[in-house]
Amino acid sequence: MPAQRSTTKVRTHALGDAALLAELGTRLDTALNTRAIALAAALKKRRDVRQAIAGYASVTVHFDPELVTHEALSAAIKRLASKRPPMAEPGRLHRIPVVYDGPDMEAVAAVLGLDAWKIVELHTRPIYRVFLVGFVPGWGYLGPLPEELELPRRQVPRTKVPAGSVAIAGRQTGIYPLATPGGWHLIGRTSVKLFLPDSDPPCLFRAGDRVKFFPTPA
Amino acid sequence: MSEVLRVEKPGLFTTLQDLGRLNAMSAGVQTGGAMDRFAHRAANLLAGNDEGAATLECTLNGPTLVALRPCLVAITGADFDPHVNGVPAPMWTGVFLSEGDELSFAGRSWGARVYIAVAGGIAGDRWLGSSSTNLLAARGGMHGRLLAAGDVIAASGMPTGPAISGRQLGPGHRPPYSDHTLQTVVGPHARRLGSEGRRAFFGSAFKVSRDADRMGYRLEGPMLDASGDELLSFGLVAGAVQVPRSGQPILLMADHGTAGGYPVVATVAGAGMPVAAQLLPGDELSFSEISVDGALRLRAAQRAALDSLRR
Repeated sequence: MPAQRSTTKVRTHALGDAALLAELGTRLDTALNTRAIALAAALKKRRDVRQAIAGYASVTVHFDPELVTHEALSAAIKRLASKRPPMAEPGRLHRIPVVYDGPDMEAVAAVLGLDAWKIVELHTRPIYRVFLVGFVPGWGYLGPLPEELELPRRQVPRTKVPAGSVAIAGRQTGIYPLATPGGWHLIGRTSVKLFLPDSDPPCLFRAGDRVKFFPTPA
Repeated sequence: MSEVLRVEKPGLFTTLQDLGRLNAMSAGVQTGGAMDRFAHRAANLLAGNDEGAATLECTLNGPTLVALRPCLVAITGADFDPHVNGVPAPMWTGVFLSEGDELSFAGRSWGARVYIAVAGGIAGDRWLGSSSTNLLAARGGMHGRLLAAGDVIAASGMPTGPAISGRQLGPGHRPPYSDHTLQTVVGPHARRLGSEGRRAFFGSAFKVSRDADRMGYRLEGPMLDASGDELLSFGLVAGAVQVPRSGQPILLMADHGTAGGYPVVATVAGAGMPVAAQLLPGDELSFSEISVDGALRLRAAQRAALDSLRR
């Protein structure tokens, strides 16, 4: 599909009385994500908007209902989204060293019918996009993952995944910034810190950044 | 800054909270802040503070605090039976403490969370624009942790409004805490429930499960089916009701994850969140449908109740 479509249909839904979800589409798509990030940035400049968070293909808008109605804000969102999107700026590129010795490596290799070295080769091949930062502090949803590595999430999530674990699920990959529960397949680990509590912003990745993994010995 | 109170006993789970850090969401940092924002705001106004000053949020039981100098405090939210020097003290009221006075709580009679404001606002570590405690990141509030015995609570400034002992917010001005019907706006993915599922959602009683904390409450009740195409992750809000594959809904609260991909079938109106914040495992609740305009009217009524304290 063309990368610069300016006819995206926006659907807005109420999230209670002080927030809206504006959906630009339902596909995992770099162009849609670029538009969502641009729309969130434009909305943040409004005085009646308290926060605007871009999702994969949507924007969640927290607004002040004493300053604007749902209807007026929805109309403004549609107006902003119909403008020609800005040229997609290439995000910053992060090179992340990974030791590919994750506890799920063998199981993933068995299920996919691939050798471990092939998994490493496939995982390190693309330059991934940071589609959004969220869920837990510093987590970046990266993708798209090569089709050959596509797997559903683990049946039983782990109650604790170590910080720095490199994981895959569906067409996505990511790095656990903190020790949290998690249902993705752990294929490696990195020493790079993603959550930087004493920096502002307190995370390494920003939506729109690019990420390239490379293998490193243990 | 001046030292105001010494912590003799911290209580089970006491944190510093303000109105949270909405601006940190784009880094995936939870908004946080007081669970019951009405009680938090009222406590501050009664103590002569801005509504956004930090208060103590005390879960399940209260702390024991000793005044290091004369000060005005206000206690709001759940009723844990507050006492000053062993004599029952009024809630939702400005209460003057003399040096050496001891504020303690005899035990919970209803609700989950008590708020204590101190004239001048409570000083805490600022992190990403807020003094709210974030335990996951170990930042903000009282050094990113729970209140502990021996901590000293300091006032961060001077009251900005009138700090009047004996001034009260009457029961008629408070949220309807005993009515566990949460007014709820239909959500983006409500259609996935189908008409039967929607009737079950709005017509049934749910119970707060043991899996309930500041992040959210897992609810027990009729099985709901909101399955369909996998959703792309999107930004979430407090009050959103997610329905994961298990079919048991999750009500997101102040420390919810900033993004997720479960269907959101409804969102509790802002004015309903104080009631939700006072629920505990085992409590029953139900959802009733309200329009956005109806939710805004409830919000305006709560705003007017708080504004009555500014006059």
